[in-house]
Amino acid sequence: MAAVHVKDLTKKFGDFIAVDRISFDIKSAEIFGLLGPNGAGKTTTVSMLATLLRPTSGTAEVCGRDVLHEQDGVRKSIGIVFQDQSLDEELTAWENMDFHGRLYRISRDVREKRIDDLLKLVELDDRKDSLVKTFSGGMRRRLEIARGLLHEPKVLFLDEPTLGLDPQTRNHLWEYIGTLNSEKGITIILTTHYMDEADRLCDRVAIIDKGAIVALDTPEKLKEEIGGDVITIASSQTDDIMSLITAPWITRMEPHDGIVTIHLENAEKHISEIIQLLARDGIDIGSVSIHKPTLEDVFLHFTGKTIREEEADTKAQMRMFLKAGRR
Amino acid sequence: MDIVYTLWLRSIKRYLRSKSRIVGSLGMPVFFLLVLGFGLNSVVRIPGQDAGYMQFIIPGIVAMSVLFTSVFSGIQIIWDRQFGFLKETLVAPVSRIEIMLGQTFGGATTACIQGIIILVISLFIGLQISSISGFIIALVFMILIGISFSAFGIAIASKMEDMHGFQLIMNFVIFPIFGLSGALFPIESLPPSVAWATRLDPLTYGVEGIRYGLAGTSQISPVISFVVLSGFTVLMIAVGSYLFKNTTL
Repeated sequence: MAAVHVKDLTKKFGDFIAVDRISFDIKSAEIFGLLGPNGAGKTTTVSMLATLLRPTSGTAEVCGRDVLHEQDGVRKSIGIVFQDQSLDEELTAWENMDFHGRLYRISRDVREKRIDDLLKLVELDDRKDSLVKTFSGGMRRRLEIARGLLHEPKVLFLDEPTLGLDPQTRNHLWEYIGTLNSEKGITIILTTHYMDEADRLCDRVAIIDKGAIVALDTPEKLKEEIGGDVITIASSQTDDIMSLITAPWITRMEPHDGIVTIHLENAEKHISEIIQLLARDGIDIGSVSIHKPTLEDVFLHFTGKTIREEEADTKAQMRMFLKAGRR
Repeated sequence: MDIVYTLWLRSIKRYLRSKSRIVGSLGMPVFFLLVLGFGLNSVVRIPGQDAGYMQFIIPGIVAMSVLFTSVFSGIQIIWDRQFGFLKETLVAPVSRIEIMLGQTFGGATTACIQGIIILVISLFIGLQISSISGFIIALVFMILIGISFSAFGIAIASKMEDMHGFQLIMNFVIFPIFGLSGALFPIESLPPSVAWATRLDPLTYGVEGIRYGLAGTSQISPVISFVVLSGFTVLMIAVGSYLFKNTTL
């Protein structure tokens, strides 16, 4: 049985379509990534799956339970770590856990044992009696993950789990998430706009853009689809580069805001040729890089934009939408 | 019931931890008590009462303290929404009624503790409690004020998006409720054209009930006060539950 089954799920806010008829299945014990820029509809999707938001149309099931008609069933089987913090800062780490355990009606003995175990797992056992307001961002995240696991959910939602954390803490969290999945067999659904995070953690990734899924597969397959190598040239003269470089060995070339990406086979062989061409015409080159396709390139390929460009666009669009809504 | 207790426990823990809030919310009632009590004690004579103005306003100030603390506790749900904690409770497999009741009883408890602190302070400036049963009667009315106005605060918070409307509610709802209640003046001395307003104010019945308990006399029969205030409490729980059930994140 699929852990999550989504069919034609749609959410509209007025005229704004936040999520547009998406469908997908998530297998049990899988780490599934929803990858997309801010405002793509990731959090809206997760909120609908977690029963916090009513879908406008379409259906979704989590652990075989309908998110509209069996809310309590869904809620019992999921854990969720929200994008924004949801801890009580005036309570200690232990009290936050205890509150959660009581809300999920876990008996006292089990509750206390699990709290101790989980706080050890996230290495907060020595700070369990400190008020949460004294915690750093990384500690809060870890505590939230521990809390999300307290009632032993079958499906764990992580909404941008490493947003705003330093690289070291991120690495640390990634390890936790991997361990949780492999040792406890928990299905994990995470949203992120970090390509490397999705690449490293997820068994499968759905690329979501403007409320729709544009691609869904394993990170390897997605990257294979692009194929070959990618040369990225940063320059102020992207148009000149586009017109200058023509060669049969180039599969595809795309100009973007301040960069040109060239898709080709055997980039090492052709790079000198490209540089010579550009140097001959005195094209200004900021930087050149050769790499195997990353999810960043995949995103670029499917949406025609880099994730940063897309974020800027979506923000502008949302702003206009909000203004219109306010009147 | 265990969920209601869980929410209640959280309110109490937060209350006991915020010393500044306890002291801060005592400030205004104590100020009223001292300034009005001592300031007007020698000049104001309440018809039909020998005890003096100080004795007269103590029940009013106790009610005031309970009123403000309980409304504020209810409105705190807005903070929970802003700081994200509300999501944690709303995504749990519990009914919203339970969450609402827990929050209400938590608010009522802290409000009554504040009221009792005012009572204790009043003992030092001349309050004489006539009997244990009188004290218990006063306490029952404090509890009713606490529950009804915590629920009232939750009802408001369910409709408010952020704290911007808070001043508005304080100035145009809470202060009038307090001012019209007969906490500071005997309602019988008002001209009939204004007196009806005090009769519509639910806090009037709370103040009168506490006054009956503490001083042994009141202008409205304690039975009527009890019935009206209980009815108001049930109504507020119903309205608060309904609005909170439909509140969005």
